[in-house]
Amino acid sequence: MELIFEGILKAFHLLFTIDPEVLGITLLSLQVSGTATLISLFIGISIGTLVALAEFPGRRLVVSLINTGMGLPPVVVGLFVTIFLWRNGPLGFLGILYTPAAMILAQAIIATPIVMGITLAAIQALPKNLRLQILALGATRIQMVWILVKEAKLPLLAGVMAGFGGVISEVGASIMVGGNIKGYSRVLTTATVMETSRGNFEVAIALGIILLLLAYFINLILTHIQQRERPR
Amino acid sequence: MNSPGPILEAKDLQVTKGGALVLDVPAMAVEEGEILSLIGPNGAGKTTLLQTLARLIKISRGEIFFRGKKVSSNHSEFIYRRKVAMVFQDPLLFDTTVFENVASGLKIRGINKQEIQRMVAENLERFGIAHLLHRSARKISGGEAQRVALARAFAPQPEVLFLDEPFASLDPPTRESILENLESVLRQTKTTTLLATHDRMEALRLSDRIAVMNTGRMLQVGPPGEVMNQPRDEFVASFVGVETILTGRVSKKDKGSFSASIMGHEIEAVGEVALGETVVFCIRPENVTLSPSSPKGATSARNVFTGKIEKVIPMGLFYKVQLQCGFPLVAYVTGHSLEDLELREGKEVVASFKATSIHIVRKK
Repeated sequence: MELIFEGILKAFHLLFTIDPEVLGITLLSLQVSGTATLISLFIGISIGTLVALAEFPGRRLVVSLINTGMGLPPVVVGLFVTIFLWRNGPLGFLGILYTPAAMILAQAIIATPIVMGITLAAIQALPKNLRLQILALGATRIQMVWILVKEAKLPLLAGVMAGFGGVISEVGASIMVGGNIKGYSRVLTTATVMETSRGNFEVAIALGIILLLLAYFINLILTHIQQRERPR
Repeated sequence: MNSPGPILEAKDLQVTKGGALVLDVPAMAVEEGEILSLIGPNGAGKTTLLQTLARLIKISRGEIFFRGKKVSSNHSEFIYRRKVAMVFQDPLLFDTTVFENVASGLKIRGINKQEIQRMVAENLERFGIAHLLHRSARKISGGEAQRVALARAFAPQPEVLFLDEPFASLDPPTRESILENLESVLRQTKTTTLLATHDRMEALRLSDRIAVMNTGRMLQVGPPGEVMNQPRDEFVASFVGVETILTGRVSKKDKGSFSASIMGHEIEAVGEVALGETVVFCIRPENVTLSPSSPKGATSARNVFTGKIEKVIPMGLFYKVQLQCGFPLVAYVTGHSLEDLELREGKEVVASFKATSIHIVRKK
């Protein structure tokens, strides 16, 4: 019991004195996961919208693949990204294994299906006749798609949050492709794993609190979005 | 600019959905400035016809002409759509302010800001919702939302307006007030309008012409009086409020008038028919008079039958009385006559109706 109590005390000390190492790790986490989420937004929203609006053979298969992708195990992603980026791998020439760039790549692969799946569901959940109403207002196809995406902006924001939440708390892929190198590729989750294994509980707890706070804020925004209603 | 001839015309129009023919209109035309109502039960094809004419759904066969020019079916359909507007049963407002909603059609057309301000203000005023300008579309009532939808449709000054049961999900007082509002706006702007509705009173009130639809076909098109009083067949008759529809054979023929035998009873009517021909009699309930006993002396009603009251159904302002006179007959009476005549189930009364009030459908 004393261990936990002392750990928490020291953790708050680290947080309030803004320990440079903890700060560095947090900033890198936000940077890596933020960039990965941003990339996943471009790919996820555009393809998700396309699949939601288009009719083509094999659409069901594509939708089920996207939904499966929403639950990609990070370690599997980490494994394949590592293989691809390995010195002799297909993308080995990039030389980015064990760099933040590799972590961004892996996290983007994890977040993209999440954003895509939520986009798909959000666009499909809009009233059936809304598309016809937009066209009846004289919209071109491109204008129609843009207005639909704007109409789905709240659930899409939920997609952003879910994607970001998924990758900031992910540990497997980051440790595999980033290598947890001190001051270079060490992020909140990988650092927590390491400090815990070393018995440095106070640092681990401090990092854990930051993760929890991030998770809390993400959920706060999500809840707020979900409480809103669509107009009639 | 306004060429003579119909503003909107369809030829040989067919739409299939999942292999089934859901719309089959060989020809139709809408005159500039007229209000044409499409009435019919659910699934009659009213919505499909409106959406087809607005070029929102795929046509399987046929063509649409706008002011005599064929509406192309390629990717420039939006040019045609910018000349028309449509209001659906649900307001389908965008998740933004009332102003942005009404402005949306104008913004899509790339109209400049001052013009948008002016046109939005004008149309909000027109539908009595100027005070909602900055409100969120999420925080207004159902009736207000439908007014916003109407203002949004009118803002780009459409040449043809399609209304797809826009009042169907509103409560009666709200519907009445919006209907009145719309009626005056339509009279003022003289916008050519196609209104789909399953409420024949709504159609009667607004329309220059009524089209009765069923199973994707247009059964009859004409001025309201004509469709109401001279339905072409039994389906149209029942849909426009004819309660008594009887089929019989012409048994006697006189000059201008004739008698037909219906379930063993001779009913007299007026018209040119052949002896032995099968005819359908359409008798509107408001044309049937009930009295306690046979009318004495001369009466212009040549059809007088004694019948037993089977059911009395309150209909709001009047009562519907179902009679069995050897054949079924329905009459409408006021609450006053109901009390005067002491009409109740099981009682015998005398029903009369004029030979001239019967509409005859000839079977081919």
